[in-house]
Amino acid sequence: MRFIRKTRYMQDINLIKHSGHLFWYSLLLIALFISPFGMDRFLLGEFSLVFVYAIAGLGLMLLVGYTGLVSLGHAAFLAIGAYTHAYLLHQGIPFFVSLTVASFFSGILGGLIGIPALRMMGIYLAVATLAFSIIVEQVLVHWVSVTGGFQGMSVPKPIVGGHDLSSPYAFYFLCLVILVICIFLTMNLLRSPAGRAMTAVRDSETSAESMGIDLAKTKTLAFALSAALTGLAGALFAHRLTYLAPDAFTIITSIQLLLMVVVGGLGSLHGVIYGAFFIGFFPQVIAIFRDFAPPGIAQIPGLEPAIFGLVLIFFLIYEPLGIYGRWIKIRLYFEEFPLYRKATYKRQKSFLRTERLH
Amino acid sequence: MEIFQLIISGISQGCLYGLIALGFVLIYKATEMVNFAQGDLMMLGAYFAITFVTVLEWPFFWSVLATILCMALVGAVLERLLLRPMIGEPHFAVLMLTIGLGFVIRAVAGAVWGSEPKALPVPYSGGVIKLGDSVIGYENVAVVIGTVILCLLVWIFFRFTRIGIAMQAASQNQLAAFYVGIPVKRVYSLVWAISAGIAGLAGVLTAPVSLVDPLIGFVGIKAFAAAIVGGFGSLPGAILGGLLVGLTEQFAGLYLPPGFSEMSAYVLLLIMLIVRPQGIFATMQKKKV
Repeated sequence: MRFIRKTRYMQDINLIKHSGHLFWYSLLLIALFISPFGMDRFLLGEFSLVFVYAIAGLGLMLLVGYTGLVSLGHAAFLAIGAYTHAYLLHQGIPFFVSLTVASFFSGILGGLIGIPALRMMGIYLAVATLAFSIIVEQVLVHWVSVTGGFQGMSVPKPIVGGHDLSSPYAFYFLCLVILVICIFLTMNLLRSPAGRAMTAVRDSETSAESMGIDLAKTKTLAFALSAALTGLAGALFAHRLTYLAPDAFTIITSIQLLLMVVVGGLGSLHGVIYGAFFIGFFPQVIAIFRDFAPPGIAQIPGLEPAIFGLVLIFFLIYEPLGIYGRWIKIRLYFEEFPLYRKATYKRQKSFLRTERLH
Repeated sequence: MEIFQLIISGISQGCLYGLIALGFVLIYKATEMVNFAQGDLMMLGAYFAITFVTVLEWPFFWSVLATILCMALVGAVLERLLLRPMIGEPHFAVLMLTIGLGFVIRAVAGAVWGSEPKALPVPYSGGVIKLGDSVIGYENVAVVIGTVILCLLVWIFFRFTRIGIAMQAASQNQLAAFYVGIPVKRVYSLVWAISAGIAGLAGVLTAPVSLVDPLIGFVGIKAFAAAIVGGFGSLPGAILGGLLVGLTEQFAGLYLPPGFSEMSAYVLLLIMLIVRPQGIFATMQKKKV
């Protein structure tokens, strides 16, 4: 076990806590940059998808895991990012400008939807975002002149400075670099006053407010940043889909995104990555399972969402901290080897006291 | 007279939303949990009724009764297995759990009954009541009557029976309710049983109006919007919200461009949340320190 001797207050908010961090994360980064050369195109494509999911997951984690606001409609921001990006590319806007504008536009819309959300709590907010996402879906279907309606719209190839980035290799690196930048920005945000205010709002709105945190500002900021990150992911997702249609951005997508942060582990950035790998690769596992399962089971309609649902239920009941939480427990077990206490992570049950009138 | 016809179909559709919303509100009122699988429970109820009537060929009345009882059992079992471990967990976790549960129920229904739409034969199908120029199908009348009766029963239950008041107590303060001798856990099972039973009845009433397939549970989302418009946690609010949503939908379908009809429930919801976030019948209160 490592004990860090702290001599300065600023050490508390260092991005790199100790040399071990630096070593292992550098190693991981190098591995990620080298490994594509040994991978086939399919696996490469899957990895890029995982990176795109991870960017969207960062956005959702910021909102759900760090600010404690639930959104059931993040597919809408994914869609807004994707459609804006594709539309701008059709207009001949350069790739990176279009990417930035798509992300900003999504963020502004996120901030706007966040404003009425300020007055809502828990369930109300979840449903408001759900309503927003269904409205966006209908707009995509009916605003034919821009979105192509049910026909959908094609996505131009990503071309930067005359180079076509649509090959699996180039796209892998594009997504990886953007993901790393996003992770860095999010980590940096979380140690800044704004990020800490978000965590305070999550833990107790009442005490955050009494310490002088502007609830409205913090929540709107969280919403806008979350939507901007998800919009950015949507723009990259558009290239992955190559053809946009409204049925790619339904409530099922929103729930999949939520599943990612819950299964990965709420309130940790590691969790986002684990969750992205989970929802990126689990469908492949199910597809393999379908090949081996007896035809009666393999043919069930909606088998994939049902298995996702079962996994979700399992995690919520037995491991609410997600994959990351399980990893922490295993690590602690070995660090404290003979002395590990099972009660360390025992959940504190709080009994319900309502704020409702009858 | 067109308007009159619209109002009538809006009311009957709205009653269906209200009926599902009633299930939501009931669970919320008594346990502060949000059951997103309510629409899927309704779908399951409709399939139970179809099985009893067409496969087992039981008389209609007994089929309905059996459906409600089976659904109540399903509700109690779900509560015991899945929801009880979640007591004391954040609302969000329960919400996610019931969303997952909805997916599972949908797949199970698809596996057992297939995904092609099925119809429920009812003794009262086909007949109409004529009021001036407009006509009302018996199926729609049955929805309205069923909703009214059910509302009365639920209201009486919560207002006057011992167990109903115990439920309200359990929802206000679990620990205090337990101390004064209310069996909180059993109360929760009972609430889920009742709510699932209502979902079953909603399924029976819906099935003759629209065909049943595993995806009809998605109407639950609209019913959820209705529940919030009415003020979540308020029983009259659920029905009123349902009626409002049903009526808005009908009128938007006629007077506004295509697409607005599907959207109208959610637009109404967003407007409501901005103007009066606590719903028509408010039950929420800001936390006091």
